[in-house]
Amino acid sequence: MTAVLSGREIAERITGKHPKSIISIENQSVLIGSENLLKVADCLKNDPELDFSLLVDITAVDYFDYFELVYRMTSLKSNTSLVLKVRCNNRENPEVPSVTGIWKGADFMEREIYDLMGIRFTGHPNMKRIFLWEGFKGYPLRKDYL
Amino acid sequence: MEVEDNLENIEYCPYKGGNLEISEGSQIETLKNNSTATIPDPDKWMDEEIKRNILLTTLDWAIDWARRSSLWTAVAFPACCAMEFMSAMVSRFDLARFGMELMRSSPRQADLMITAGTLTWKMAPQIKRIYDQMSEPKWVIGMGACACSGGTFANSYSVVPGYNHIIPVDVYVPGCPPRPEGLIYGIQMLQKKIAKEHVNIKIPGLKE
Repeated sequence: MTAVLSGREIAERITGKHPKSIISIENQSVLIGSENLLKVADCLKNDPELDFSLLVDITAVDYFDYFELVYRMTSLKSNTSLVLKVRCNNRENPEVPSVTGIWKGADFMEREIYDLMGIRFTGHPNMKRIFLWEGFKGYPLRKDYL
Repeated sequence: MEVEDNLENIEYCPYKGGNLEISEGSQIETLKNNSTATIPDPDKWMDEEIKRNILLTTLDWAIDWARRSSLWTAVAFPACCAMEFMSAMVSRFDLARFGMELMRSSPRQADLMITAGTLTWKMAPQIKRIYDQMSEPKWVIGMGACACSGGTFANSYSVVPGYNHIIPVDVYVPGCPPRPEGLIYGIQMLQKKIAKEHVNIKIPGLKE
């Protein structure tokens, strides 16, 4: 069974490489600033001790005041998994850096989030709708849709 | 779109050279805008008086018998009612009793479309295309709540509220999903409907 790292354990692994990138430590996750996302993700994947090579899922949550992106990843080497969170405060034009350069599997997940939540991922090679058709108005999973 | 323009500058891009989504999107938008009203029942033009006074000749009876006894189904099952249709097909309920043991992979060989499942607007052009490809005479059974009215998803942003926005439906079988007995009852109703149909035979050279 994959061991789930607590927020404190995740923070211990990250702060050695990137101090000050963590905004707050939650029970099962850490919240980092979106400007540090690429650095932290690159460190988590490519550091041979951490080696979180499998990006399990990316989802987004609409909290009205801000969007929260949730990155779940697993290390097959140490059999552990962790949760990273990133907030996006701009509701009109939300933008978060894309992690497709680090995990190619993020491609479709980020397109899904763009399709249903309207968060644009800067640096994504093909930021188009994936489930709905081109020309659909609005982003249906936002809380203020309809 | 600005994304389109940026595509050229990016190294990793499996999608180069395609406006497929945009043409598909405009196709769906036109279909959606043209499908606001429902298509009425094909028999609606007949009032009770005409239905009662129609003469059924022997030829009519023979052709209708042939048609209703070998309803071949087109394969077009978008969602979960297909499971119930499968159980109706296999040995326990055995649709072969009604001359329907053949599933046609090509819509050109099929008479009947059983619309088992939720239809999304993205899938709608394909279903309409399959219906258009079926040769006349053709019938449609709307199977399940989604086929009748959109069901649970009627107010959803992506679901067609009833197949009769896209294609004319002859028999509606409600239920979520309907039991195989319900589907078989619907098929029998369709067979009764076919049995009452008047057949027009066009002879070349004769004016109607």
